[in-house]
Amino acid sequence: MSGKTLRIAAIKEGTVIDHIPAEKIFSVVRFLKLDKASGPVSVATNLMSKLLGKKGVIKISGRELTSVEVEEIALLAPEATINIIKEYDVAQKRQVTLPKQIKGFVCCMNPNCITNKQPVSTRFSVKNQDGLKLKCSYCEREMGQRQIRII
Amino acid sequence: MMVSSSFKGRDVLSINDFSREDLLHLLKVAGELEKKPRPDLLKGKIMASLFFEPSTRTKLSFAASMLKLGGQVIGFADAGTTSVKKGETLWDTTRMVEAYSDVIVMRHSVEGAPRLSAEAASIPVVNAGDGANQHPTQTLLDLYTIQKEHGDFDGMTIGFVGDLKYGRTVHSLAVALSHFKCSMHFVAPNALKMPDSYISMLKEKGIVVTETDDLEGAAKEFDVLYMTRIQEERFPDPIEYQKYKSVYRIDKKILKLCKESVKIMHPLPRVGEIDPALDEMEQAIYFKQAANGIPVRQAILGLVLGKLE
Repeated sequence: MSGKTLRIAAIKEGTVIDHIPAEKIFSVVRFLKLDKASGPVSVATNLMSKLLGKKGVIKISGRELTSVEVEEIALLAPEATINIIKEYDVAQKRQVTLPKQIKGFVCCMNPNCITNKQPVSTRFSVKNQDGLKLKCSYCEREMGQRQIRII
Repeated sequence: MMVSSSFKGRDVLSINDFSREDLLHLLKVAGELEKKPRPDLLKGKIMASLFFEPSTRTKLSFAASMLKLGGQVIGFADAGTTSVKKGETLWDTTRMVEAYSDVIVMRHSVEGAPRLSAEAASIPVVNAGDGANQHPTQTLLDLYTIQKEHGDFDGMTIGFVGDLKYGRTVHSLAVALSHFKCSMHFVAPNALKMPDSYISMLKEKGIVVTETDDLEGAAKEFDVLYMTRIQEERFPDPIEYQKYKSVYRIDKKILKLCKESVKIMHPLPRVGEIDPALDEMEQAIYFKQAANGIPVRQAILGLVLGKLE
């Protein structure tokens, strides 16, 4: 076996999320609640990547991500690719795409925003010029990718 | 979201929701109301004035505007006397108030509160200031004042002076004026300078922007000097506030450096950044500016209630 082989088992059915920046991998794990997954999940990080320097890969057996989850991963790791695996083969490969608006799963960074004071679902418009930015629909405050916190 | 040309039933929440056409239309309607009062226009209409935090000018001028149009006003100026104190949510308060009124005017210390209220209500909600976020009717009366006292926005040079970092009136007025071909000078100490996001936005829209901390050097350029208060409440450290509180003061000496036709504006309250000796000079238009809240707020109420087009 060459030294380039990943020591992470192939899966028969499920989803492989590739090209996750290494520092984001545990955020993606937390976000997808993979710590509570019932089936096998493989997580590898600090793998060499020409594109990213160091990348992470997550393999989730027996689960296909919903289109909403894919959009949400785009916020955390816009560089990621998602492969749907069927019978050990890549049945579908897709780049994550940013939605124009996201609802409900990111908190506003502004402690004085109504969404942090009353029972209100958050809502942000997504801008992706000169880096990813989320603008809160309520307090109108913009936050960058580093400030994104999942509820 | 950019709003459509019709104002009937619309919420007035953020200056970012207004197109150039919206702004010009609203100013035109305000001008018409000032020339020709309409004392019965809103007869039978009720404005709910929900002031969850203190206000002088805005609260009184909204109430006066409604009364001058023949409408009536209900509401409160202290949330401590309401069910909010018992833990009622803003959503529930709004649902209750909309049953009693035709339009809600709200000031709240929490940012985004008026937008939440607008989502809960089927009647129009007008934001009368939400924390450090928006105060769109102040911006509209600022625009009205500039148009009335100076004329066209295109070709004008405005100098914003003072606390440009935290001053929401400056941010909103700069956004509103970005629909026009004017030049903007931002005069502030480095610690209080205009946020980069606004500077980038203005440059993208082709606005000529100059940033400096030298008021005396820049003064000769201004057609309008928009002075702001250094806001003590924004400084976590009182020593920092002491350092900046008197950094700029408009007095006769500064006025001599300006064009003779310059107009001096201030959203008020002021605490010492404009010498009262200027008050009676024709360049000082800040009290006229406050008075212009009446026709502008009348126009807003008449338009959103569908009584004006």
